[in-house]
Amino acid sequence: MTVETTTTGILALIAVMTLVTLVTRFGGVFLMSFVTINPRIESFINTMASSVLIAIIVPMAFSGDAGSLAALVVTAVIMLAIKKPLPAIAAGIAAAGLVRYAGITAL
Amino acid sequence: MNVSTYSYQLQPKKVRSEFFRLLPISLFVVAFGAAFGLAAVQKGLEPLQAILMSTTVFAGASQFAAVDMWGSEVSLIPLIAVVFAINSRHLLMGASLYPMLRDMSPGRRYGVLLFLTDANWAVSAQDYQNGKRNLEVILGGGLAIWIAWIIGTWLGVYFGGLLQDPQSLGLDMVLGCFLLAMALGGKKSPRTLVAWTVAAMSSLAAWKWLPPNTHVVVGALAGGAIGFFWLEKKPGAEDKAGAEEGAST
Repeated sequence: MTVETTTTGILALIAVMTLVTLVTRFGGVFLMSFVTINPRIESFINTMASSVLIAIIVPMAFSGDAGSLAALVVTAVIMLAIKKPLPAIAAGIAAAGLVRYAGITAL
Repeated sequence: MNVSTYSYQLQPKKVRSEFFRLLPISLFVVAFGAAFGLAAVQKGLEPLQAILMSTTVFAGASQFAAVDMWGSEVSLIPLIAVVFAINSRHLLMGASLYPMLRDMSPGRRYGVLLFLTDANWAVSAQDYQNGKRNLEVILGGGLAIWIAWIIGTWLGVYFGGLLQDPQSLGLDMVLGCFLLAMALGGKKSPRTLVAWTVAAMSSLAAWKWLPPNTHVVVGALAGGAIGFFWLEKKPGAEDKAGAEEGAST
């Protein structure tokens, strides 16, 4: 099934995308309202929450260029050393810029 | 139901301060939005259509993927599948907020969730790990990011040509670095580290061998499974979980 990208078609496609995204924003909480929260579920939720971040970042580090890897490594090191997010993020971005400026594409 | 049965009340003052707290990261969201606006018009969307999409969909990665599939016609099922797969992380992110959101009336609960996105969720999740209940950042911070995303898209569709290569400045890594800093700022225990290792390995495996865009959910659920089977001892409450943990080591 295809939708032509006429004005109406595009509006319909945007509506579909909005709806699908809304389902993902609401769905998790909606389903959870049928679950009884016990310590085990709570433990699952908490561990899952920080794992979401890891699962986003690690493939990003492996699929990107040397610059993106440098950004993540530098952010991690500074964050663990001084525990302040803003300097860590700024240094990470600067690292990506520098590595790319130097023309290094793979480590 | 009586309003007073819901114990979580959003504090307007805190919503405002969380709005300003996420303004710095929102500046970078403007840059992403501009990149999206540019990509959208290059693929044939009208400027207003691109801005409308950013306003109502408000999920960057899936919007980029969607306009990538754009042509004279768009296949509906693949579009739905891609948008759902990329945004399925929202399901887990929302679920993780449930212990706080259930103390809020359903109307407000789903109202707040309209603004759920990676950056404000990461802040809220980190605060929760550190024992602070913060849904205000979802609303206030989300509002900042949403406005930035719309403004960025608007800039991109009209002035996108002026955009110099954002990659050379490392701007494409802002969100990644931000999320990483949030993850590392949370509470770390041996259990968390094991969960992260499992999450990292399974997300990589999924990224390599499973269909595209499934790696976040696979990795997060694998990490969550560690939490499900390995309960942390609560200080002062020597329960069955503690005994289990003792037995397994």
